[in-house]
Amino acid sequence: MSSEVLSNHAAHADEHEHEHHHDAGEMKVFGFWIYLMTDCILFATLFAGYAVLSTAYAGGPTPKDLIDLKLVLVETFALLFSSITYGMAMLAMYRGDKGKVLGWLAATFLFGAVFLSIELYEFHHLIHEGAAPQVSAYWSAFFTLVGTHGLHVSAGLVWMAVMMHQVASRGLTPVTQTRLSCLSLFWHFLDVVWICVFTVVYLMGAL
Amino acid sequence: MREEKYHRLFRTLLTIVVAVSLSGCDWVLFDSKGQIGIEQRNLIITATLLMLIVVVPVIFMTILFAWRYRSSNKDATYAPEWAHSHKIEAIVWGVPCVIVVVLAVITWKTTHELDPYKPIESEVKPLVVEVVSLDWKWLFIYPEQGIATVNELYIPDNTPVSFQITSQSVMNTFFIPQLGGMVYAMGGMRTQLHLIANEPGEFFGLSGNYSGHGFTGMKFAVHATSNEEFEQWVAKAKQSPNTLDFNGSYQMLAKASENNPVEYFNAQPGLFRQILGQYIDYKSTHVSGAAHDSGAEE
Amino acid sequence: MFGKLTLDAIPLHEPILVVTMIAVALGGFGLVAALTYFKKWGYLWTEWLTSVDHKKIGVMYILVALVMLLRGFADAIMMRTQQALAHGGSEGYLPPHHYDQIFTAHGTIMIFFVAMPMVIGLMNIVTPLQIGARDVAFPFLNSLSFWLFAISMVLMNMSLFIGEFAMTGWVAYPPLSGIEYSPGVGVDYYIWALQISGIGTLLTGVNFFVTIIKMRAPGMGLMKMPIFTWTILCTSVIICGAFPILTVTLAMLTLDRYLDFHFFTNEAGGNPMMYVNLIWAWGHPEVYILILPAFGVFSEVTAVFARKRLFGYASMVWATVAITVLSFVVWLHHFFTMGSGASVNAFFGIATMIIAIPTGVKIFTWLFTMYRGRLEFTTPILWTLGFIITFSIGGMTGVLLAVPGADFLLHNSLFLIAHFHNVIIGGAVFGYLAGITYWFPKAFGFRLHEGWGKASFWCWIIGFYLAFMPLYILGFMGMTRRLNQVTNPEWVPMTYVAVCGAALIGIGILCTLIQFVVSVIKRKELADVTGDPWDARTLEWSTSSPPPFYNFAVTPRGNRIDEFHEMKRDGLPPAPTKYAPIHMPKNTGVGLIMSMGALVFGFALIWHIWWLAGLSFVGIFAVLIYNSYNTDVDYYVQPDEIERIEKAHIQAKAKQA
Repeated sequence: MSSEVLSNHAAHADEHEHEHHHDAGEMKVFGFWIYLMTDCILFATLFAGYAVLSTAYAGGPTPKDLIDLKLVLVETFALLFSSITYGMAMLAMYRGDKGKVLGWLAATFLFGAVFLSIELYEFHHLIHEGAAPQVSAYWSAFFTLVGTHGLHVSAGLVWMAVMMHQVASRGLTPVTQTRLSCLSLFWHFLDVVWICVFTVVYLMGAL
Repeated sequence: MREEKYHRLFRTLLTIVVAVSLSGCDWVLFDSKGQIGIEQRNLIITATLLMLIVVVPVIFMTILFAWRYRSSNKDATYAPEWAHSHKIEAIVWGVPCVIVVVLAVITWKTTHELDPYKPIESEVKPLVVEVVSLDWKWLFIYPEQGIATVNELYIPDNTPVSFQITSQSVMNTFFIPQLGGMVYAMGGMRTQLHLIANEPGEFFGLSGNYSGHGFTGMKFAVHATSNEEFEQWVAKAKQSPNTLDFNGSYQMLAKASENNPVEYFNAQPGLFRQILGQYIDYKSTHVSGAAHDSGAEE
Repeated sequence: MFGKLTLDAIPLHEPILVVTMIAVALGGFGLVAALTYFKKWGYLWTEWLTSVDHKKIGVMYILVALVMLLRGFADAIMMRTQQALAHGGSEGYLPPHHYDQIFTAHGTIMIFFVAMPMVIGLMNIVTPLQIGARDVAFPFLNSLSFWLFAISMVLMNMSLFIGEFAMTGWVAYPPLSGIEYSPGVGVDYYIWALQISGIGTLLTGVNFFVTIIKMRAPGMGLMKMPIFTWTILCTSVIICGAFPILTVTLAMLTLDRYLDFHFFTNEAGGNPMMYVNLIWAWGHPEVYILILPAFGVFSEVTAVFARKRLFGYASMVWATVAITVLSFVVWLHHFFTMGSGASVNAFFGIATMIIAIPTGVKIFTWLFTMYRGRLEFTTPILWTLGFIITFSIGGMTGVLLAVPGADFLLHNSLFLIAHFHNVIIGGAVFGYLAGITYWFPKAFGFRLHEGWGKASFWCWIIGFYLAFMPLYILGFMGMTRRLNQVTNPEWVPMTYVAVCGAALIGIGILCTLIQFVVSVIKRKELADVTGDPWDARTLEWSTSSPPPFYNFAVTPRGNRIDEFHEMKRDGLPPAPTKYAPIHMPKNTGVGLIMSMGALVFGFALIWHIWWLAGLSFVGIFAVLIYNSYNTDVDYYVQPDEIERIEKAHIQAKAKQA
């Protein structure tokens, strides 16, 4: 008993193939969304660890002593703006405007790079002031949570650079558009995670 | 016939099980000499019996159904489309629910009653013993008596003992099977265990959590004796020329060693607090650790 | 230049290891020689190593699992014999340094490299076929998942020959697993092998979740899916929820060990108890990943061989979902004795008991499927009957351990060991073996030899009881786990019984191996020509055995539960007159190459060869990015080829009839 069975779909084959292409992109985005949910659990675990160790200063420096909220505000705005610019890039993509897509992606990249630079500067400053992750469990948790977010942003920037090249050289094909959609989800997700980091780590830690 | 072979095998299996279970008469968990251990044992038996209410019929039904509805038995009813029965569903969801509710009530009650942190109600004043697990031996500090011993524990019978437990290094569990259940010994944390020996006797103690190469040797002898004998033993320990002080001899003791012989010391006051203090910052107001009543209590 | 790696790392002073090294080298050399002699390298590369076909990938998973079963079992028999010998002053033949690696390796291998690949292997072979799909949602990702898993297995096994393995137990609690108390490379092998295979597993979870949600045949609503597919859906959900926790926990331990962080150290505010919570927050859902697919297998097998519809389909579904959700809220029962307070302990104890309810419902469902059926005592049914009895006992001891007051006496004792082997062997392993027997003809085109299958079953089940019932008793006698010598003479007799049981299980494994060999030799007699050797009920049996690489020439419909069974009753429609081109993914070696990079990366990190770690890390992503430019990833199978394949199958069946 093989697949000779069933209904005779041969006549509808062509329609199905067109659907299939749209479906493939939609399925990839859905799959990426599910992956993002697992990334959510990853961050949730990091937050849980941070919460448990949130007062484990071991007699050493505390975030109240050392966090510069002004700088954190700047980097937060940089990241938020980068989400806006990516949104503009997506709108341009739906309109099929390759040039605008590249422009807005470049702006997003710039804002993302600003965010990372400030974060790297902040880490350097903290370590210089004696709050290295090796000093206490609190700082281990701090650097790991904030640093993991930063690593995700870095990966996003690498991906963004590759996408800019692919869009520039190949245009807005179904493949590049699907990938831009996935990157969009990723980028906005990182923004949401940052809001949580900003609140739990910086506002609650330093105020 | 195939079916007869299954019968014979089943009988053989049953015989083995019975023979094997009768061979072990030293089931210390069922021969508990301590009130806590007795209550825990009763809990094991109660829970087992409650669950047998489901498990025995299941095993019985498995054998019965497999036998009766074997394909060669053409006499049995064959109802290939029958796949629903609200009555059966109600029973298979309902009966286990009821049993679980009963077990849940028992669990809630006994978990609180048998909380290792709960002092034992008694008119006798409790004895405090501070326990430290090291690599790979046990240290017992008697703060009131001012002594400390390695790998030997004496307690007076019919006296509640309040164990305060920590670890110098890695996690162990402090376990005297014939008196009651165990509790983890963890660095930088103070856990508690309350036990009582109902009668004099010799029991064995061990660590129940793997802690490294010398783990197997972490055994200790437990002696429950009359008050007089206990005082005599304390006096003997006090005669030791050695003092256990945190900065000196304790640091020597903390070095890795296995299968340590019994040793006696005069204990420096506050030794246990200092041992805990290696990992706790007493100055900070909040210390994360075992949920309640642990850690930075001074 | 080579970090910590020196020639001293090769344990030439350990005779057991030297013998193993020689055996593996000879075996490996023999395999390479055979492949070269029979000129099979090309075939191996194009048909298997670069395959993105879920059926091939599934077979490879199970092959790896069976090989690792041999190593895990070798560890087991070594432990049992050591305990049987080491008493009354004798130290046995395994010094602590060796024994402690063996019990750690045994647990790690059995969970990660035997049970998980069996699950994922069955998932792969069966699920797309059961839902009427042509492959999984992301075939390349599937290949990558497999190869990440395979090289993590290689990495784990390298610890046997270069360096050492962890000596911490398979969950590796700190501070013992921290850098201070485990300064060697052992824990690092553990970390990287698990971290890499964990990524593979997570990707599989995402892949199969999307596959089942999005790629079911038209008409197949969720409540029409086969129960095995339901269990795989739920398993995928658990994977997605639990594995990120493992990733983070291992990463924290890694940071502690490599960069002197303080997540789990005693000093500087670290909290080893947090590791225990995190690792079991992953660890408990993990065991449900292992058991749910086994439950799925039993559902399929029982209905087919009882010649009857599965009883209470909806109940089964809801029970599975309930177990999935509950599996995330019981983790603390693994450490009641850590002093969490009575209310917390009681909550988790009661939550654990609640899981027993849907599990019990499932057992009754299988029983009432047999009730008023016509049960055929095939090997899969024997495994099922053995499972119901054995798993019920194991579940009972589990609920017993879920009562904190009882657990205080039994935690970490041999009673616990007996319990989890009871449910893992009696539940998961029996399920996998039943599943392998049941679906083997679908994968290979011939059945497994029944006689050797039955022999294997009887050895396993009697061996299991002989090996583990004594351990329950030893638990009652106060014996704890992981002892390398039996320090109490009272405990000795039971260890003798246990070692006999282990030997019998070994014979059972041997029977399985013989079964494979005999079946291959007799494959013409045992051939499955029709594709439906068992007169089964679900869609995978509507294809040939093995199915064509595209699975279905025409996408089936799945309107009813047990759709294929219903179709057979209604009378099957004739073959289509013409076929449409089928869109299929191309094979690719990128998954394999990236994974080789991951192997180098893991090895380099373990031995602190930083330049190599950096290079391989960049290399992995360079390959990924380079491959993203590749647009030649798919093709269309033309109607004439499809027709040829389908006609061949129709003719073969006609000849049989």
